[in-house]
Amino acid sequence: LDVAEEYSALEEISDEEAAGISIPANIPPASNSLRDYVDKSETLTKLVQLGVHLWKLEQRPNVGSMLLRLDFNTDVAPRLLFLKQIGVENSRLGYIITHNPFILTADLDNLQARVNYLKSKKFSSETVASMVSRAPFLLSFSVKRLDNRLGFYQQQLKLSASNTRDIVARLPRLLCGSLEPVKENLKVCEIELGFKQNEIQHMVIAVPKVLTANKKKLTQIFDYLHNTMKVPHHLITKFPQVLNTKFLRLRERHLFLEYLEKAQYDPTLARYISLDRLVSLPDETFCTELALATLDDFYLFQKTL
Amino acid sequence: MRACANTQGVFCVYKPADVHWKLVRDTIETNLLKGVNATHPQPVPREVRFLVSSSDEPGAAKGLRVSPAAVPVLSKHPLVTGPEFQQIKVGVGHRLDTSSSGVLVLAVGNGNKTLNDLYNTRITRDYTLECEFGMATHDFSHTGRVLERSTYDHISEDKLERVTAMLEGANQKALRMYSTVDMGSQEAYEMAAKGLLGPDGKSAPILTGLRCIHFQPPKFTLEVQCLNETQKYLRKVVHEIGLELRSTAVCKGVRRTRDGLFTLQDALTRHHWSAADVMEAIYKYHSSKRNQKKILFPIRESTLETSGSRLTGTHQNKDAAAG
Repeated sequence: LDVAEEYSALEEISDEEAAGISIPANIPPASNSLRDYVDKSETLTKLVQLGVHLWKLEQRPNVGSMLLRLDFNTDVAPRLLFLKQIGVENSRLGYIITHNPFILTADLDNLQARVNYLKSKKFSSETVASMVSRAPFLLSFSVKRLDNRLGFYQQQLKLSASNTRDIVARLPRLLCGSLEPVKENLKVCEIELGFKQNEIQHMVIAVPKVLTANKKKLTQIFDYLHNTMKVPHHLITKFPQVLNTKFLRLRERHLFLEYLEKAQYDPTLARYISLDRLVSLPDETFCTELALATLDDFYLFQKTL
Repeated sequence: MRACANTQGVFCVYKPADVHWKLVRDTIETNLLKGVNATHPQPVPREVRFLVSSSDEPGAAKGLRVSPAAVPVLSKHPLVTGPEFQQIKVGVGHRLDTSSSGVLVLAVGNGNKTLNDLYNTRITRDYTLECEFGMATHDFSHTGRVLERSTYDHISEDKLERVTAMLEGANQKALRMYSTVDMGSQEAYEMAAKGLLGPDGKSAPILTGLRCIHFQPPKFTLEVQCLNETQKYLRKVVHEIGLELRSTAVCKGVRRTRDGLFTLQDALTRHHWSAADVMEAIYKYHSSKRNQKKILFPIRESTLETSGSRLTGTHQNKDAAAG
């Protein structure tokens, strides 16, 4: 009681004393979202300025608390500098952290070892930078796992080293996911769809996405191409991007051409329509050049299917 | 979170075959969310905070310099809060099963109430059935397991027409049976004269109209108008027609061409499922509602029967005008 009488609320104090009074921050001790902490935490503020989608990360369990516990200068900054050193651009840093926030807790020596391993396999620095930008989980895998996967692709597909490097550089996701779906896809291509080894090789080098495509969709598209459109294997091998399209798109365009009696996919006969143009052209160009009809006709035809 | 008026309403899309109706609804919801979030960017609010900077030079005055600065409040930043709209209520009208295609009515936001009323009223739907003689399968469609094959050379067009007329008659009788009015009364006669007889609410599927529009054995095409149906029932009807003709038939395609007042013309195809196209379709629906002299979708009317009667009344007017 005696102590309280010494300080009255209306007593005038100097400015330094006023600034010196510490006010406990009114942040809640536990919360569901990072919104309450973002203004007070330096790490979170800098992450938002980098472009990290905090609203996506806070939905995952444990990630929010992990981010709050990081200190910007000792944890986050060295890893960001490391990424910039290997050549990742500033605009991609936010994307990488949004998809793989655990890269901020990875051991720097491990990260360096993995980058060195990739360089030892003769990937150039720009390739490594682009692979890391597009597959944020790449550097979270151990050297042994990366080695395992590269070896798998080289042996299973019997590709040369430079071809393996090429497909992995174009689709770095191949090194990140598990190998079981890829093995299944290869078995499907060989047994169910009936492609020979060299045909599969050619298709994978042209369109690596075939390896990670959905098995059901792949078989559905192939079934339609081979049995309904009567396209032989060697033509599909020549245009593997046709296996990558949406089934509905292929079906409506084929039926439209069939209705106009222009569905002719054999290169030896007249008025041949190539498969890659069939699927890759936008609607308007498809109508005017391949089908020789108007866009409205195409839409009206779709309503009769 | 009020979205603006041009995203509340009813519209229809053309559902492609072999696509589950839920996928269609989810795609439309995603596209609408993308459109609405893109056009409503809220600027990050700024608040004034006083930054304390103490003077570093040794000889300067000892006072503290407090400078105000307008700093953005990061807790309201879109990367921290997420997009403004994360869910939009999109409701589906009469469902279409996976292998059928055709007009599917969808409603957004407040339009769901209209959709509910629409669902409960007695409006008919138009289907086109592509069928083929010669096979019978376990699920009445051409992709099922074949149970029986038969010849169809003895079938001629007038035999088919006789069968369809008979079926139509049986269904008209069912229509009268299911309506809740006493058959011998004057009221029943007046309602029948105006075409207002019919079941209220849930009942067995009834075909109000059935005719053959194309006959080229083994293929033939039927046009059906019906109430309270499911697509499986329609395929069963085709199977029964085959049996009546001492042969077998399967249904290759079910296509809904009209659902109440939404026709193929208003339906949006797959390429027009972006937010802008959907909003345009809703605008067209609202303006057509304003233009009609009669009230089409009374939300506040009391009895179901009156609203049903008005709808079938206008439908009949349209029929009379068209054919």
